[in-house]
Amino acid sequence: MPLDVARIKKDFPILARTVRNEHPLVYLDSAATSQKPVAVMKAESDFYSQHNAAVHRGAHLLAEEATDAYEGAREAVARFIGAKSDEVIFTKSATESLNLLAYSWGNAPSNSRFHLAPGDVIVLSEAEHHANLIPWQELARRSGAILRWFGVDDEGRIDLSNIDSIIDSRTKIVAITHQSNVTGAITPLTSIVAAARSHNALIVLDACQSAPHFAIDVKELEVDFLAFSGHKMVGPTGIGILWGREELLAEMPPFLFGGSMVTAVTMEGASYAAPPKRFEAGVPNMAQAVGLHAAIDYLNAVGMGQIHEHEVALTEYALSGLSSIAGVGIVGPTEIKDRGGVLSFTVEGIHPHDVGQGLDDLGIAVRTGHHCAWPLMKRMGVVATTRASLYLYNEKSDVDALLLGIEKVQSFFGSKGIGR
Amino acid sequence: MNLESLYQELILDHYKNPLHKGLVSPADASVHHVNPSCGDEVDLNLTIRDGEIQSVSWDGVGCSISQASTSVMSDLVQGRTVDEASQVIDAFMEVMQSKGSTTGDESLLGDAVAFAGVSKYPARIKCALLGWMAFKDALVQLGGYRAKDSGEAK
Ligand SMILES: Cc1ncc(COP(=O)(O)O)c(C=O)c1O
Repeated sequence: MPLDVARIKKDFPILARTVRNEHPLVYLDSAATSQKPVAVMKAESDFYSQHNAAVHRGAHLLAEEATDAYEGAREAVARFIGAKSDEVIFTKSATESLNLLAYSWGNAPSNSRFHLAPGDVIVLSEAEHHANLIPWQELARRSGAILRWFGVDDEGRIDLSNIDSIIDSRTKIVAITHQSNVTGAITPLTSIVAAARSHNALIVLDACQSAPHFAIDVKELEVDFLAFSGHKMVGPTGIGILWGREELLAEMPPFLFGGSMVTAVTMEGASYAAPPKRFEAGVPNMAQAVGLHAAIDYLNAVGMGQIHEHEVALTEYALSGLSSIAGVGIVGPTEIKDRGGVLSFTVEGIHPHDVGQGLDDLGIAVRTGHHCAWPLMKRMGVVATTRASLYLYNEKSDVDALLLGIEKVQSFFGSKGIGR
Repeated sequence: MNLESLYQELILDHYKNPLHKGLVSPADASVHHVNPSCGDEVDLNLTIRDGEIQSVSWDGVGCSISQASTSVMSDLVQGRTVDEASQVIDAFMEVMQSKGSTTGDESLLGDAVAFAGVSKYPARIKCALLGWMAFKDALVQLGGYRAKDSGEAK
């Protein structure tokens, strides 16, 4: 059954507003952040108006309710990705989740399996978002470990041809994106996971662009850690998720230190709580966790399978539309196979920033620039791209607006002798 | 489209036919500036003789606004004294920070007043300033930039 997008749109009040010159908003920037349904805003607001108290502390009713709500959110996330509750750590963002790993492992003593010695190898890909690149660069710098990475082909797909020389016996960590936020390419995980497993390397998956768009089960993925952000999956900002295998989390040293993450404290030292608390120092982002729970309920009610099918069909439609405009070049896979609804493109002779400005003038919100993936841009041979990204509340008419918008931008600049 | 007011003819003309593009070497100061939000880049060479801007040349990649603005700037300050050039920079900065409330003093800014419309688009101000900030940086390196009212090199 196709998604009833008209109905879904009604759940997102912002999509009903007009922008520049009274144009109805055409929101095509969900890869940066998604819009929020009323249910999410209401959950956050209800938390503040009815249940607000510091979780895991306080002997009063509100503290109990707040704790239940917060832990309920953790359970919802766990069910969403096929994990156990205690394996889910709340952070402020995927960026923090990835930094948590890099700092925790950087703190690991030399007898720990997480310890990195000079010459150990961290494997990445050229397609990484800076959030899954720089924390590892810094960890390598601090530990003496070496970075290696998979290249990508001309369509931005990860090139596995030299996998045996990239993942070898020195490889301790493989940190890789599930789906590129620039090209939409989905990473061929099976062989990467198999190679990493055979060398006993830890596998970290950046699921920022996948978890919001299709059903994920950590058991099936067979990775060790997963990071994603609530705000890209119709949830609030300020809440991120780190999932890790129970037995691995149990051995990891903490990253942030403070209240709520201890079992005992003296003036000389402290002992640390079991996960997930060990990794959640301080009063957490409670209302945001509760909002995320509502977001997950919302996505589940629509159905992750349905959302995925909808996006595949819409992406296919957008791909064929974009390729039929003369002068438009897709930066990323041109076929629907193993790609998501992130569409980067260039318009011949017109800088992406100018394309984005022209589209904005028509009420169409896209992203322009390097998308926090500078090395990938370089590899793809572009300084910047224009990026349209799709989600459950987009429909064909949004794509049509984009396609028409691009043609209008071409004719505006074309009439001034710019572009074609 | 409302784009006409932003993308004035003069801006697009400079974009198509940029002035002083192509680095002139040797130079007294060479700087490289990047707009980290979009990746646009400019290299700029500056030579000063007897307190006058003898040569500003540049090269770079970027959007129409950044390229045109750098072109206009480089032509505007050519041959000026460093003090005058400092004044021009300050005046342009003021226009960029004005959120569209001022058009700028044409006698000082010349063609650069065409960029006044950019100040209404916060995301584009950095584009318009890319070349100007590179020039200011080069001027500072040579001890030439005079901050407004202070009379001292900043
Ligand atoms: C692939 C990918 N990884 C990591 C991030 C970082 O997410 P956040 O900024 O929410 O921490 C993003 C978001 O821009 C992303 O697209």
